[in-house]
Amino acid sequence: MRRNGRVLMALLCLGVVGGCAPSTDAVLETGKSAVALRSFQQRAFDTADVEKTLRTVISTLQDLSFVIDKADLDLGTVSATKLSGYQVRMTVTVRPRGTTQVLVRANAQYMDKAIEDPKPYQDFFVALEKAMFLTAHQVD
Amino acid sequence: MWTRAPAIAVAAIAMLFAGGCATIPEDALVLSPESMQLRQMQTRRIDGISEKALLTAAAGVVQDLGFNIDESETKLGVIVASKDRSAFNAAQIAGAVAAALFGVYTPVDKTQKIRASIVTRPALNSDGAPIPDSQLIRITIQRIVWNTENQVTRIEAIEEPLIYQEFFERLSKSIFLEVQQI
Repeated sequence: MRRNGRVLMALLCLGVVGGCAPSTDAVLETGKSAVALRSFQQRAFDTADVEKTLRTVISTLQDLSFVIDKADLDLGTVSATKLSGYQVRMTVTVRPRGTTQVLVRANAQYMDKAIEDPKPYQDFFVALEKAMFLTAHQVD
Repeated sequence: MWTRAPAIAVAAIAMLFAGGCATIPEDALVLSPESMQLRQMQTRRIDGISEKALLTAAAGVVQDLGFNIDESETKLGVIVASKDRSAFNAAQIAGAVAAALFGVYTPVDKTQKIRASIVTRPALNSDGAPIPDSQLIRITIQRIVWNTENQVTRIEAIEEPLIYQEFFERLSKSIFLEVQQI
């Protein structure tokens, strides 16, 4: 019975520790540095055609079973959601890089967490490369 | 009551861990072997119509089907639409009634949100140049279902071929009306 009491106490402490940080901290929270994130979330492609790149991003997202949420040519953004027993939400931005390239950046969340593992982004850029018929260049 | 405390504690900790370990499935952003087949099922080529006229016709079809347009960007050929509908299903209710006879309460599916995105793009010839007045149109549909307890019971892409066939049949009619300016 004393052990039970201790377990309950420990649980209570966990609750309190969790409770110390306000949940609004999530607004500006990042798991990795901006440089680290960008290293796997963005790639450059050798085309200056932003519209064509955005249209290819949209069809790649559809190939990956996403439904588009929003698209904006002037801003160069596309957001989409995939539902497959889980939820993945993704935003992709396309902007000119110099005069001969575009920079494509993707960020995604899985359920209620940011995806900060490079692998899913690599997979996305592999699919996008195929659809673009162009190589995705790593940018630093 | 005290004897149950450890079991509750274990369950609570297991829940904490389950929350912390949730990571994206390995293949979530990998092209699946079925992706080609899905693309064919969800895509049609339509000739003799401009991209804008095709989008207008498609918007008409989703309105016929009771969807509301949430977003659109004509410059990229995108329309996003959704509708909230009942998800009651007779078989499930029959099961719940049978369970209730034995005093067991079973929640059943109650509402669903259906979302669709329709994307058009100019069809290209073998040199990669757009073919005049020839477009490709692709629709993808998904839904979330909640039960009578307001819990999410389904979160899925809709991949029934018949649904897509029916959509494109309606689209052909809508295009006819659009082209005839009816």
